[in-house]
Amino acid sequence: MLIKTLETPTPSRRSFLSRSGGIALSGAALALLAGQSRLAIAATGNPTGDVGILNVALGLEHEAIAAYQVGAESGLLQKPVLDTAVLFQSHHKGHRDALIATIEKMGGKAVAAKSNADYAAALGAGALKSQTDILNLAARLELGAVNAYLGVIPAFGEKELAKVAARLAADETMHWSLLANALGKPVPVAALSFGA
Amino acid sequence: MLAMALALAGPSAGAADPDRGAALYEARCGACHSLDAHRVGPLHKGVFGRRAGSAPGYQYSLALESAAFVWDAQTLDAWLQNPEALVPGQRMGYSVSDATDRADLVAFLRRASSR
Repeated sequence: MLIKTLETPTPSRRSFLSRSGGIALSGAALALLAGQSRLAIAATGNPTGDVGILNVALGLEHEAIAAYQVGAESGLLQKPVLDTAVLFQSHHKGHRDALIATIEKMGGKAVAAKSNADYAAALGAGALKSQTDILNLAARLELGAVNAYLGVIPAFGEKELAKVAARLAADETMHWSLLANALGKPVPVAALSFGA
Repeated sequence: MLAMALALAGPSAGAADPDRGAALYEARCGACHSLDAHRVGPLHKGVFGRRAGSAPGYQYSLALESAAFVWDAQTLDAWLQNPEALVPGQRMGYSVSDATDRADLVAFLRRASSR
């Protein structure tokens, strides 16, 4: 295994199956939205702007899911790297579900995913010839996502959404760190290297 | 605390460095943008001299689509500093607070647009 997985405490089955506002929420969405009932009522601050930022984040997650799918289907990833890529993709699917649920609870319309072919073309997937190429692309996307999520935190009108962005950034940082380690990249020498 | 605040504020603005801007572009803009393809955000090749909200094939916010200015060093700097102040109702929640970083990014975009 490239990594050992760590099971996080699991919410009860009842909480996983809870419904709110007619929307069935995934475990990840519930975890993100826990204690944020204000969002379902009337967001304070700038709800239109917040939904816009969340939709940009959702666009990133759609792209990440597609990128890992392209990598997994390329035939270039060997176990255990393939298993790790699929695990990371599952995290991005959790992010996607949480973001869609949040956007809809705020009365917004979630942006739809493009086709995997569209994402592959935009990311230059045709130039990927090795496992290292794929890991480098994934690392680049994950680092970009870290910086993007950290960068939008001050723009949220709703403080709880800033916390959501920080939690998303933490997941992406975990992904980048493991990918960088697998690629033999050095640990950043400077402090505060993310989001700078 | 003052020392930390100064350190976080970064160096003062100087001569723009497109090479540093290229690195900044990949680290900060690369999640959503690339030079040659529309992604979450529009492509940036040829952005200098292009009317805002006009890259063919990208679905802009109504606010940006309705903008009537051309991207140049001044408008790009203003956009990067505070997109919402320049075009209320646009969708980019990211901003670049440091003037040197903005200048280097703009220098990189200018260079990329001329190639």
